[in-house]
Formats: sequence, C-alpha cells, structure tokens
Amino acid sequence: MNEGGTGPAPWPMAWVSRPGTAMKVTINGVPHDLPAGASVARAVQQLTPAVAGVAVALNDEVVRRGAWESTTLAEDDRVEVLTAVQGG
Amino acid sequence: MADHDTALLDDALVLGGEKFGSRLIMGTGGAPSLDVLDQALAASGTEITTVAMRRLDPVARGSVLDVLRDRNVKVLPNTAGCFTAGEAVLTARLAREALGTDWVKLEVISDERTLLPDPIETFDAAERLVADGFVVLPYIGDDPALARRLEQAGCAAVMPLGAPIGSGLGIRNPHNIELIVEAATVPVILDAGIGTASDAALAMELGCDAVLLASAVTRARRPGLMASAMRQAVVAGRMARLAGRIPRRRYAEASSPAIEPGAR
Repeated sequence: MNEGGTGPAPWPMAWVSRPGTAMKVTINGVPHDLPAGASVARAVQQLTPAVAGVAVALNDEVVRRGAWESTTLAEDDRVEVLTAVQGG
Repeated sequence: MADHDTALLDDALVLGGEKFGSRLIMGTGGAPSLDVLDQALAASGTEITTVAMRRLDPVARGSVLDVLRDRNVKVLPNTAGCFTAGEAVLTARLAREALGTDWVKLEVISDERTLLPDPIETFDAAERLVADGFVVLPYIGDDPALARRLEQAGCAAVMPLGAPIGSGLGIRNPHNIELIVEAATVPVILDAGIGTASDAALAMELGCDAVLLASAVTRARRPGLMASAMRQAVVAGRMARLAGRIPRRRYAEASSPAIEPGAR
C-alpha cells in the first residue's frame, strides 16, 4: 500500500492533517489557528456572524468588505475587527 | 411674525455641506446604559452624535448603532484613543468602511492624564484625511493659529476645547474662543469641557456655531433633564448672539428717566 511513499495516496489528500496546513494569525490581539489559505471572512467569523457595522484591517491596511472572501491570510498576519461603540 | 419667532427659522447649521436644525451635537460616551442614552438623545434634540471605534467584543449585547438608527441621527465616528496621525488615519478609514460615512471627528491625544489634543499629529492626520476625501472635524486646543492652519488645510470645521474632556470646567479661555470665531470661515464647534447649561450658552454667545458635549449630560444625575437643559441653553445662547449683547460699562447707565434736579 504505497509503501515507497512516492506514488499517489489511495485516499484524498484533503483528509490528511499535515504539518504546515494550519497557520497562526492574530485576531484582535488573540492568537487563532486557521487552515492555511483561510480568508479574511473566515477570520471575522471567528468573532461574529454579523458583518453590518464591522470593519477589518489586515496588517494595518483596511480590507473592504467586498474583498473579505478573496483576501487570504498568511502565517503571523494581524487582523483587527472593529465596530462602533459609545464614545466621544 | 415677531422677531423672536422668525430669527431662528432660517438659521440652520451648515456643516460639511449639510444643514442641521440643532446646534447641539451629543456624544454617546459615559451613559450608564443604552436606554439612558436613548432618552438623553431624544431630550437633547441632537441631529448628530459621535461614536468611537473599538475592537469587536463577541459577547457584547446591544449596539449603540441600533439606538442611533432608531433615532435617525447622523453618526459621526471619532478617532478617540489615537496617539499618532497614523493610528487616527487608519481608524478613520475603518470607521468609513464600518459606518459608510466619510465624516470623522479627528481626535489625536497627547497623553492619558489630560487627554489634550496633540497639535502636530492632529495637523498631520488632518492633511492626510482631507486628501483622502474625508469631511474632517478636528478637536483642538483653544489655539487660534492652529485653527486657522486647519481651516486652510481643508477641514470642514474646527472644534476647540473649552477645557479638558470630561472635566466640566467650562470655557477656560473665552478670549481665545472669540479670536477663533472672528477669524474662521468654517463652523466653530465648542468641544469638550462643558459642565452645565450656562457653559453651553456662553459658547454660543461667544459666537460658536455649535456645541459638542457628552459627559455633562450622560454623567449628570438625571441625564434626560440635563439634555433638555443643554438643548434650551444652546438655543438661548444662539438667540442672544444674534440679538447682540449690550456693551459692558464700568458704571451704571440709568434705565429709568432721570429725575429733574428741581423736583427733588
């Protein structure tokens, strides 16, 4: 059963947890483990299902809401998820 | 109609190209609950109110935005808590994204103890935000020179303090506020330091176009009642400004007819 380790595995590779498939990102100052290639939208979902009144910065740059799905995160990225509160 | 009926009819505050009937801008900070805030906002008659931007709290219940939406007031995000121009610019951009407004109350403080605005960082941020298309309303010290420079930089108003935020010390330097008003061609909004209704009235008497306050109402023993007092004080101060106060004199000027010397 593929003992040489060079041929294709007889099971979908997506099932396999391998080193390097998870990454650490910081969301609002707290470390989170996310799958490699996770999007900004996925990071927001870690905190809230809501998107109204919410804004995101990725490494100090605003990510427009329309780009949350298409913007992928990398190891050690810093994500800030902000909303309006009482103040001023 | 009589003068006192008509004087305020066509006296809208024009700010950032928009017209407002109320010259009282209320902050939302310091209210003990959203319920109290809601009642105070209603009593104040405000049409613009400020909010701050903070990290989303997953367990927070109820949002100030729900209250403001129901009150139909314009939301003015601030950059409170920022110490540098860079932080303030990023916060303003996040607020624009979250709230769909390009208005920002620019607030860059120099230290936690006084919360006094940092003029250098504020000016730097103002230039960058104006260039980025924001309607910039900067919170500044009572400094006529800085006010003029910020107006020249394209700010939509200038917002000098009366006294430090939350201090309730009133207007510490009325003369400087008058100098700012005399020179400005954009609205001057007295921001911070208001303690009670007479402070708000004085700001308007000095010629300010509007007053921004929060703590004086939200931390009063009865916030709704104080909000109503502020509303009326701003109106009274505005009317007095338009009416024109009498000059101060060293000695009395009789208001009753003089008595003929021979009749004594």
